[in-house]
Amino acid sequence: MTTSSAALALENIARRFDHVRALDDASLVARDGTVHALLGENGAGKTTLMRIAFGLIRPDAGTIREHGRLVELPSPAAAIALGIGMVHQHFSSIPALTVAENVALGGHGAYRVDRVRARVREICDRVGFALDPEARVVDLTVGAQQRLEIVKALAHGARTLILDEPTAVLAPREADDLLAMLRGFADTGGTVVLITHKLREALAIADDVTVLRHGSTVLAEPVANVDSNTLAEAMIGSAPPIEARHERTEPGPVVLSAHELSVSDARGVTRTRDVNLDVRAGEVIGVAGIDGAGQHELLLCLAGRLPATAGYVEGPTTIGFVPEDRHRDALVLEFDIAENLALRDAGFARGRLVWPRIRARAAAMLTEYDVRAPSSDTMVGALSGGNQQKLVLARELEPKPRLLIVENPTRGLDIAATAAVHARLLGARDSGAGVVIYSSDLDEVLALADRLIVMFEGRAREVPLDRDAAGRAMVGAA
Amino acid sequence: MSDPALAAKRTTSPWRRRLASSLTPGIIAAVVAVVSLALLWVALRLAGFDATLALGALWRGSFGNWYAFTSSTLVRATPLVLTGLAVAIAFRAGVWNIGADGQLLVGAALATAVGLAWGGALGWAALPIALIAGAVGGACWAGIAAVLRTRFGVLEVISTIMLNFVALDLVGYLVRGPLQEPSHAYPQSNAIPKQMHLPFLIPGTRLHWGFALGVAAAVILWWGMRSTAAGFRVRAIGANADAARIAGRIDVARTTTNVLLLSGALAGLAGAIEVSGVTYALYENISPGYGYTAIAVALLAGLDPLGVLATGIVFGALEAGALSMQREASVPSVVVTAVEAALVLLLLALSRRGKAASVIGRFSGARSASADEAS
Repeated sequence: MTTSSAALALENIARRFDHVRALDDASLVARDGTVHALLGENGAGKTTLMRIAFGLIRPDAGTIREHGRLVELPSPAAAIALGIGMVHQHFSSIPALTVAENVALGGHGAYRVDRVRARVREICDRVGFALDPEARVVDLTVGAQQRLEIVKALAHGARTLILDEPTAVLAPREADDLLAMLRGFADTGGTVVLITHKLREALAIADDVTVLRHGSTVLAEPVANVDSNTLAEAMIGSAPPIEARHERTEPGPVVLSAHELSVSDARGVTRTRDVNLDVRAGEVIGVAGIDGAGQHELLLCLAGRLPATAGYVEGPTTIGFVPEDRHRDALVLEFDIAENLALRDAGFARGRLVWPRIRARAAAMLTEYDVRAPSSDTMVGALSGGNQQKLVLARELEPKPRLLIVENPTRGLDIAATAAVHARLLGARDSGAGVVIYSSDLDEVLALADRLIVMFEGRAREVPLDRDAAGRAMVGAA
Repeated sequence: MSDPALAAKRTTSPWRRRLASSLTPGIIAAVVAVVSLALLWVALRLAGFDATLALGALWRGSFGNWYAFTSSTLVRATPLVLTGLAVAIAFRAGVWNIGADGQLLVGAALATAVGLAWGGALGWAALPIALIAGAVGGACWAGIAAVLRTRFGVLEVISTIMLNFVALDLVGYLVRGPLQEPSHAYPQSNAIPKQMHLPFLIPGTRLHWGFALGVAAAVILWWGMRSTAAGFRVRAIGANADAARIAGRIDVARTTTNVLLLSGALAGLAGAIEVSGVTYALYENISPGYGYTAIAVALLAGLDPLGVLATGIVFGALEAGALSMQREASVPSVVVTAVEAALVLLLLALSRRGKAASVIGRFSGARSASADEAS
C-alpha cells in the first residue's frame, strides 16, 4: 500500500494521556474507494487513533497525510474542511429538532428550510437511505438516528467517513443495510474507515484491515490475505479465544413463570403483550428480537424492576439482574467498588451499613470474580468496561440467586472479557439457576441458549435454536 | 484490557480520593475565610473605603473577642448551619430544594402560633413542642413541593422557590392579622411566653441552645449519610437515580419525598429556633435570606454535613462582622453579600470538574458526558 494514493494516512502515531500510552506506534492507510476495517480489543487505541484523524485529539508524535500531503488537524473543523467526517458511538443530534434542522446545524449563512430538505433528500437518494427530513430526531429509531449522523457528515462534504462501532446498536438486518450502504459509498469513490471488533463484519465488507494491539499496529493487510484466525490472533496475541462451554443439562423445577404478561414502558406504551413463559432451574432461555420488540420491558418485569400492566409473574424474591446499560442502570460511576456492591437491594436495607465488613467482603469478591482493580475503594468509573461488567456480575451472582436475568451482557467488551462473562453465566446455570439472556447479537444468544424465545412486536414465540429460523421470527416472518 | 490503562487508573483514582478526604471541614472553612477576606479587601478598595479599618471592624465583630464570637458569629451561624444542612442533604439526593427560606418562615410562624396559643398551658413542654411544631411546619411546606413533584411532575426547583414567596406573604398576613400584637401598631406578633425561650448555652453570652442543636444535627446527618442504609439510599439516588432504581431497587419517589420532608423539617427547625432563641416574636423579616445563603453554605461545604457546620460558622462570622463594619467604618453590609456571591462563583469556576460543578451541572439540566474510554 503506498501512502501517496491514500485518502488518509496516519503514520507512526503516538499519544499519551497522563501516564497512559494510549497509542505507541499506530499507523493506518486508507485508500481511496475502499472500506478499511480497524480492528482491536477494547483499549487497543482504535477510537483514540480515529479521534486524532478527526482532529479531536492531537498526536504527540507521527504524521497525518491526506492524499500524500502532510496536514495538521488542530480541530474537527480542519478535518471537515479536508472532507473527513466521523460518526461517533454516541450520537450528537438534538432530539427536539427535525432531521433537516440537525443537518443545517453547523452550516453557514441563512437557513432555508426547503434548500436543506432538498439537500437531505438528495443525499439520501444518493446513498439509498430512507430518512424523512421533517421527522423529529426524538421519534427516530436508533438506526435512523445513525443514518442522520451519516447524512450530517456527508452534508458537510465528507469523502472519508470514519464510523466507530456503527453496528453495535443495530439489529442484524439494519446492520446489513448499513454495511451495504458503506460498500456502495466506497464503490463510488468514497473512503470508509470502520472501527469494529466483529471479525465477521470486517471480513465481509472491508477491502483492507488494520489491527491495533496495545496502541501499536500489528497487522495491515488486504482482507484477501487474512482469515478470522489470523485476525483474532493479531487482536489478542497468542492466546486463543475461549469457547463458551455448552453442554445441555437436564433442567430442574420451574423457578419463574409468567402468565399472560403485558408491560408498558415509562411513557405508558404497551411494549410486551400476553407473554407466557416458564424458566426452569439449570436452563438458559435465550431471548432475541430487534430493538424495541418488547424484550427490554419483558426482562425488566421478570426481574421485578417494572410492574406488569396485565398478567402476573411468579418468581423468587432474590433475582440477579444485569441491565444492558451498565453506566446508566447498573453502576454508580462516582461511587467506589464497595459502595456499588452495597447497592444491591439497597431499597430493602435497614439500619446501619457496616462499611469495614462490606469492604472486606468486596475485597474478597474482587479476587473471587477476577475483577482487576487496585482495591475496594477504587472508583468504578475508573475501571475498564470488562471489569465493570465483571463487578456487576459479581454483585448479582453473590447471593446465589435462583434466577438470573441478563441483557446484552457483553456489549462493548473485548474477547477475553466476553469469554469470562459467558463462563460466569453458564456457571450460574450449571449450579442450578434459571437464566434468561437477551442479546442484540443473535450469535451470542444462540451460543448460550438452551431454549430460544423470539420477541416480535411485543409478543413472544419459542423458536428452534437455529439462526435462520430466529432471524425470520425476529422480523415477523413465519 | 491493556496494562497501561490499568496502571493509569491505579494512579489517578486513589490520589483524587486522598486529596478529597484530606480536605477536611476545617481546611475548607479556613480556605473560604481567607479567600473571602481577600475578596472583601479588593471590594472595599475598589469602592474607595479604608480597607484596613473596615476589616479590623469585621474582625472585632466576628472573632475579635469571646463575646462577639459567641453572641454574634455563632448566633448568626445557627440558622445558616441548619438551613445549610437542609440544602446539603437535599442536593446530595439530587433534590433541588431552593425553598429553605420559605420552610424556615413557615416553621417560625407555626412555632410562634403554637407558643402563643398554648405556651402558657404547656409549661416546660412548650419549648420542645414549639420546636417540633417548627420542624413539622417546614416539613409540610416542603411536602407541598414533594406532592407536586411525585403526583404532577412539577420540578421542585420551581415549586420550592415559588413557595418561598407564598411563605413570605403568609407571614406578612399573619403578623398583620391573626397573630398581630394586640395594639395593632406593628407588623409583628406578641412576644412568646418565657418558658418557650431557648436557654443560653454559655452564661453571659447570647448564644442559645439552638447552636448545639445545629451541631448535633450536623453530626447526626454526617453519620447517617455515611453509615445508614437510608443515608446510602439518599446518596445513591443523588448520584444515579436510574442505577438506584434498577440495581438498588430503591423507591426513588419515596426517597425523594422523605428527603424533601427532612430538608424542610431542618429549615423549619431553624425558623423555630430563631423565634425561641433570638427574636422571641414573629416578624415579617425574620429571615434576611438565610435559606438562600444556605445554598452557598452547602455548596462551599461540598454538601458534607460537617463541612456545612464549618462554612456556616464562617458565613455567620462574615455577616456578624458586616454589621460591625457598618457601625464602625460606615461600610454597607451588602458588601459582604456580594462577597458571598463572588465566593460561590469562584468555587464554581475553579472546580469545573469537581462535585459542586456537577451539582450545578445537573441543576441546569446539563449532563456531562462520561469519561471517554481510551479505546
